[in-house]
Amino acid sequence: MRILVCVKRVPAPGSRINVTPDGDAVDTAHLGFTTSPHEECAVEEAVQIAEQHDGEVTVLTLGPAESEEQLRYAASVGAHNLVLIPITEVDWDPQRTASALTTAISGIEAADGTFDLILFGNESADTGGFQVGIRVAHALGRPVVNGIKGIDLADGAASARREIDGGFEVYEVPMPAVLGIKEGINLPRYPTMKGRLASKKAEVSATAVEAAAGGQTRVRLHRPLEQVSETVILGTGPEAAPAVVDLLEELGVLS
Amino acid sequence: MSLLVLCDHDRGTLDEASLEALTFGRSLAATAGITCEAVVIGAGADTATALLAAHGAQRVHLADHDVLTDYGPEAWGETLTQLVRSIGATAVTACGTDRGNEVLAHVAARLDEPFVANCTDIDPGDAWTMTRVQWGGSLLEDATLDAGTRVVSVAHHAVEPSPAEEPGEGLVVPFTPDLRAEVARTVVKDRVVLTQGITLATSPVVVGGGRGVGSEDGFAQLEDLAGVLGGVVGCSRAVTNNGWRPHSDQVGQTGTRIAPDIYIAAGISGAIQHWVGAMAAENILAVNTDGEANMVAKAGYAVIGDLHKVIPAITEEIARRRG
Ligand SMILES: Cc1cc2nc3c(=O)[nH]c(=O)nc-3n(C[C@H](O)[C@H](O)[C@H](O)COP(=O)(O)OP(=O)(O)OC[C@H]3O[C@@H](n4cnc5c(N)ncnc54)[C@H](O)[C@@H]3O)c2cc1C
Repeated sequence: MRILVCVKRVPAPGSRINVTPDGDAVDTAHLGFTTSPHEECAVEEAVQIAEQHDGEVTVLTLGPAESEEQLRYAASVGAHNLVLIPITEVDWDPQRTASALTTAISGIEAADGTFDLILFGNESADTGGFQVGIRVAHALGRPVVNGIKGIDLADGAASARREIDGGFEVYEVPMPAVLGIKEGINLPRYPTMKGRLASKKAEVSATAVEAAAGGQTRVRLHRPLEQVSETVILGTGPEAAPAVVDLLEELGVLS
Repeated sequence: MSLLVLCDHDRGTLDEASLEALTFGRSLAATAGITCEAVVIGAGADTATALLAAHGAQRVHLADHDVLTDYGPEAWGETLTQLVRSIGATAVTACGTDRGNEVLAHVAARLDEPFVANCTDIDPGDAWTMTRVQWGGSLLEDATLDAGTRVVSVAHHAVEPSPAEEPGEGLVVPFTPDLRAEVARTVVKDRVVLTQGITLATSPVVVGGGRGVGSEDGFAQLEDLAGVLGGVVGCSRAVTNNGWRPHSDQVGQTGTRIAPDIYIAAGISGAIQHWVGAMAAENILAVNTDGEANMVAKAGYAVIGDLHKVIPAITEEIARRRG
């Protein structure tokens, strides 16, 4: 079983997201970085599937050279092969990203064989384009379903569950297939000390890929208007309880 | 020249979100000087026609085919792509729901055009310029779109749906796509209905706990308060990451968006990714030991103190007053 997971390195902002003065990018001067949460779960899912089906997990990312950090993290929790498509810009637009990923995937598959399963995050945490996995699947001629929160494999098909209001939908997708994963499909493991050490030595193969820019162009980023409210402090400690219950009565939520 | 609005329905009952897309679409079409047309896919859709016309659809394309027994991203994407080509639509839109964004991504891939997801505002000039949401709503991006066919979704809840001042003609036009059997591979095979009472997304009261709750067992006090208020418990990602609560309880960008009458956020610092999921709450009461916490600053009301003392005291006070 060959599984590929495409991940994205994203900043991890705290109480607010600051933008650089030119509005080109998120100001990451004081921020750490992480793997976009849906993709962190996709990596975990791939590793679990590989453990059950004697598989091999490759993790691919398109991003700045520093994205190696996210690839190594994936290795520390069980991924086997790491591939980086380095870019120098802050971000590539979704069409360009999809096209470069498709080229890279086709190259890997030509050398090492088809991936039975390719996992993406449902959408990237930062730019939220909701399309890269679908574009890649279309280019590769493979079935794709987004929003997946459960996978069972049997007889060359993936039974995939997608949450909807009040239940879920079930898809039976023949492999090779592409799935867009949502956080909540599993609880990602933490790396072990051994995993961490091994990941430091893991090989990252970097391949530059060119791709033409698409038709969506960023002009600038800005923060939405914030509703500034004065906080009413109802009190300190348990003595505040009567004031809280007065408020609940006033708001009519106690009836 | 036309703007095609994808409308979603469940066996004839229109999805509210489609009316948001149509409300947005008809004013966009008017500004762009093109007609606004709706498309509904699959059997049973004809009952929705009157409502679509009332919301401004000049034409309602009813697409049907044997393969379209239920929702399927590839089947819907292929159907919509063929319709766009057949009527020469210059733009296509949908509400930015799971399905809306998914189908439009398929359309864009097939047309080899850009797809701009989750717009809140569009100015249709020679090149379209738009504002769209990033980070699940924490950040906005101004962008330009250079495309033959414009494929854009409108962010869910960005527009209030309303009937058009002048209803559309609502002329019904049947459409039969030419679908290869292959696209059936991603059509929904089965549905599992989970009977739920009040859900996190719809509950009028949510009692949320964060890392400050300290443990899985610590949530019992929050359960008690939620119980007496007829509400449900929610949590932050720090909590789900620790395995204290299931992910279905998580509020935020990668969890559930809540909109209760009151959200009691205990031991939650108020990171931006949590806040976007909670900001639609009518009222927020923060309970935190740290008076400087972002959640305290953003909330309408706050109690400064240890949640393990404050939360039970509130539950007891309610019991006392109820006698
Ligand atoms: C891409 C991305 C997506 C994310 N999506 C989500 C999401 O959907 N939802 C989400 O919640 N987070 C999300 N996060 C994580 C988010 O950034 C924060 O890390 C997380 O919300 C913090 O959870 P917390 O407030 O419980 O913990 P902390 O930030 O550690 O805050 C704990 C708070 O508890 C208070 N406290 C401690 N003890 C007590 C006590 N005894 N009584 C009262 N108060 C106490 C502290 O003062 C503090 O304010 C996301 C992050 C990223 C990068």
